[in-house]
Formats: sequence, structure tokens, C-alpha cells
Amino acid sequence: MKKMNEKMTIIVHSGDFDKLYSALIIGNGSLAMGMDVSMYFTFFGLQRLKKNQLDKGKLSRMHLLGFGKWMIKRKMKKANVRSLDGLLSDFVELGGKILACDMTMEIMGIKKEDLRQDVITDYCSVGTYVKEAKESVTTLFI
Amino acid sequence: MTTDSNNTIKVDCLGETCPIPLVETRKAIRKASPGDIIEVTGDHGSSMKEIPMAVEALGLLLLAVEEKDNHWIIRIKIPEK
Repeated sequence: MKKMNEKMTIIVHSGDFDKLYSALIIGNGSLAMGMDVSMYFTFFGLQRLKKNQLDKGKLSRMHLLGFGKWMIKRKMKKANVRSLDGLLSDFVELGGKILACDMTMEIMGIKKEDLRQDVITDYCSVGTYVKEAKESVTTLFI
Repeated sequence: MTTDSNNTIKVDCLGETCPIPLVETRKAIRKASPGDIIEVTGDHGSSMKEIPMAVEALGLLLLAVEEKDNHWIIRIKIPEK
């Protein structure tokens, strides 16, 4: 662990339930494999960082007015899949960074006190992302 | 996560699925000191292959991967300085 860790940046643009799962699983997996990870929450993704909103997104497909999501959640519970809240705390515990897009906050009228400030590392705009993405071996847009 | 009398840190991931065995292993590694041994037990198939990948990426020592009837045990050592 003497060398500089490889870095991954993930933009979480979607607020969909399943896409948030993908983003947090990849984020946690990358931290576990020894990478540094920054997740940039923007647009509908940032909505999920509002208090009590993390698992409130729709399924990106087959939502079926909530029935699809209910079914998936039931199957996830049976398979003992960790909750989004659990994955987010794991991500923070493993040293991952959560960044909130301040432009989204402005256009959507979201205040800092509306957000999960306990997990957010910093508030920023595109410049911070580009700087980090340039240093990253992988960058994803979800 | 528990530590036994031989100072082996035990991580029980039986019944856990992706990405929890990897994540819990990483948490244990972060808390461990040089020379410590970590023993992870689980039954999630791909984690048995992926935890050794993480061990390699982190520059740690993979002591053993034992496959039993319906679970596996992976032993990892944090190198001394």
C-alpha cells in the first residue's frame, strides 16, 4: 500500500433504485479492491441524497406502478442483499468520498440541510469532477 | 468481526452476498495491524475468487483458500513492515 492508490470516479446522475444499487456496489467493490473512489451525485441522483430518500427511486424498467419494485425488494430481502442505506454507510466507512453537485442544489432548490450531510464529503461543480476524472483509471456515468 | 485467542481476526460472511464479503474483508483489513491474520468464512461463490484478487491488489499475503462442502475459508496475513 506504499504506492498511490488507483482512483475511480462515478457520476450518479440517475435516481433510479436499481441504478443506485449498481453505483454503490461498484463503489464499495472498488474501495475493497484498494482503489480510491469519489461518487458525484447530480440531478436525479442528488435527489436520493435528501433525507429519507435513498431507496425511494423507481425501477429504471418494469417499475409497474411500484409492483416491480416491490417484487425486486422482496427477492433482494430473500437473497440477503444489503440495503442501500447499509451500502452507503459501508462506502463512507471504507473511506469513499460523496460529493454533491451545487448547481443541481441551486436549480432544484435543495438546501444543505435537506441533504444527508452526515455522508457528504463536499459540495462542488464540474471542475472538481474533471480534475479527479483526469487522475482516474476508470470513470463511470450512471 | 471477532478476534480469537491467537489474535486471528474472524470475519463471518456466511449467507452474505455481493459485495458484502469483499466489503467486510476490507473493513477488517483496515482495522488490522501488521502481522495480524484475518480469516474470512463465506459461501458466496464469486467472492471466493474475488477476495484473493483484492488481497493481491492490496499487497497482502494470501495464506490459504480452503473449499469445504458448502462454504470456504480464506486466510490473509497483513505483512510486517
